[in-house]
Amino acid sequence: MAATTLAPPPAAEDTFLDSNELVLNMGPQHPSTHGVLRVILKLDGERVLGADCVIGYLHRGVEKIAENRTYQQFAPYVDRMDYVAAVSNGLGYCMAVEKLLDVEIPPRAQAVRVILTEVNRIASHLLWLGTHALDIGAITPVFLCFREREEALKIFENYCGARLTTHAFRIGGLQYETYDRFEEDCLAFCDLMEEKVKEYHALLTGNRIWVKRTKGVGILNAEDCKNYGVTGPLLRAAGVEWDLRKAQPYSGYDKYDFDVPTAESGDTFDRYIVRMQEMGQSCRIIRQAVGAIPEGPIKGKVGKVIKPPPGEAYVSIEAPKGELGYYVVSDGSLNPYRVRVRPPSFVNLGALDKMCRGTLVADVVAIIGTIDIVLGEVDR
Amino acid sequence: MSGPTPPDDSKETPPKRPVRKRPLRKRPLRKGLLRKRRLGKGKRPVRKRVPRKPKEMPTAPWEGPVPSALGERFADGIEKTVVLGGQKLVVASLAIAPKIVAFLKDAHGFDYLVDVTAVHWPKRERQFDLVWILYSFSLNERVRLKVTVAEGEAAPSVVSLYSSADWLEREVYDMFGIEFENHPDLRRILMPDEWEGFPLRRDYGILQQDGDWVRENLKIESAQ
Repeated sequence: MAATTLAPPPAAEDTFLDSNELVLNMGPQHPSTHGVLRVILKLDGERVLGADCVIGYLHRGVEKIAENRTYQQFAPYVDRMDYVAAVSNGLGYCMAVEKLLDVEIPPRAQAVRVILTEVNRIASHLLWLGTHALDIGAITPVFLCFREREEALKIFENYCGARLTTHAFRIGGLQYETYDRFEEDCLAFCDLMEEKVKEYHALLTGNRIWVKRTKGVGILNAEDCKNYGVTGPLLRAAGVEWDLRKAQPYSGYDKYDFDVPTAESGDTFDRYIVRMQEMGQSCRIIRQAVGAIPEGPIKGKVGKVIKPPPGEAYVSIEAPKGELGYYVVSDGSLNPYRVRVRPPSFVNLGALDKMCRGTLVADVVAIIGTIDIVLGEVDR
Repeated sequence: MSGPTPPDDSKETPPKRPVRKRPLRKRPLRKGLLRKRRLGKGKRPVRKRVPRKPKEMPTAPWEGPVPSALGERFADGIEKTVVLGGQKLVVASLAIAPKIVAFLKDAHGFDYLVDVTAVHWPKRERQFDLVWILYSFSLNERVRLKVTVAEGEAAPSVVSLYSSADWLEREVYDMFGIEFENHPDLRRILMPDEWEGFPLRRDYGILQQDGDWVRENLKIESAQ
């Protein structure tokens, strides 16, 4: 089923009391919509009959901008899409251009890339957890999560000077060497996170209100996930053990030992559990990678002027929110002819209508939170 | 070999330029340019030659059950099945594209539509490339299907096969103006409903629009 086209409001002769359906506008400035998302809900009392998303409030034309920039100039723009996980965005874009150029990335650069991407994954999940819990009514986790996220941002700040839109990677490898206490900081961050995840579990997992608000809410089974193209923790919570880091390893992920957490029912609670476990798995990867950063150069053989041969490539990575793909078409000139971003948030949000049907209005807030959207990426 | 003849200094036609007294270079020009300049032995830094990258992306034939089944089933509509830079690509005609998508989904388990997108080539006769990216969980394989679409031509929608195509096709319509037949709700998705033009077309005039806006709102000629 497609997103609903909402019926026009009832005609004047129908009295308000006669019509059972109510159209409720939620957003674009509603605090629980995580940005500027507008959802038009069709309700029968408290029950949701359908939801229609109105997006594009944050549309900046990133793909159009790419046409008028060189390959290097465009790299900082991708950080502004999913600004919560900017490092992942940068990794995907760099890998796509590297695929066009057919260059090899030195192992040292790959290891540092993995470490930073995983730190960013934890930071992204932390922000998701805090705001998701806040939406549902738990105020405390957001403060705790932001406190720990600060530690991740400090690592980025020490590494490249920026905290959020980092532009940490360059086409061909890295721009900067790791700083002096990089390894220690990453390990300390892992220690901290493993401790704190237990604290979040103690706060939420057994909490009766939390369980009541999330269990059985917004169920999306494996079949529907595939049908709607939903990836990431949503797909894994529905029982599909699929993670691009395992299925089609990139940037040396095949060297690390980690599990892909899954759950069964595909409801909001399961997605919460999956993301919590993913934070632990990311820590595992960081520990292994930090322990074995190879020596060597940090940049592959890439010229100062990047001019890929005519052709095209689609490269996708496992971003914190799902499959993030870049389809880059080159015409042999200095500017990319076309850059298409396949954003996980956008595609996952397409299943909102499916997930909302039959739930209560209050659950819509929980469902928007559990999809983990970033409107910068939805609208681009 | 003789130098240019000096112009005669007759008084009827005064020369426009000062006359060159010295004859021009006698030695052929080429010889001097080709001679190596030496700055001193071994003092000049030797620049390492980086081997040139090939001018095209590497292509290889794509072999296996999927391309052979495709070739059998749609012999005339498929232009090529190839591995371009390590990625599987099918180039086909627009008419059979939905059948190929359905065939890949039902017979080979490509049950996840990753993306639908387009590329605009305004100089071509059929201006658009329409691209579907499919993934199979069982095969762990990705396939890209590419067709060309002419301006004003409607493309078939695959929403009946994949629900994810709904928003993706709406975005292609919004950005390129390619209409999809049998799409349940084809309207703009990122741009406002009343927007005119299709932004991701290559000939979409952003500079001209900017100029119009600046003239109208800022009362200046140009902000560029």
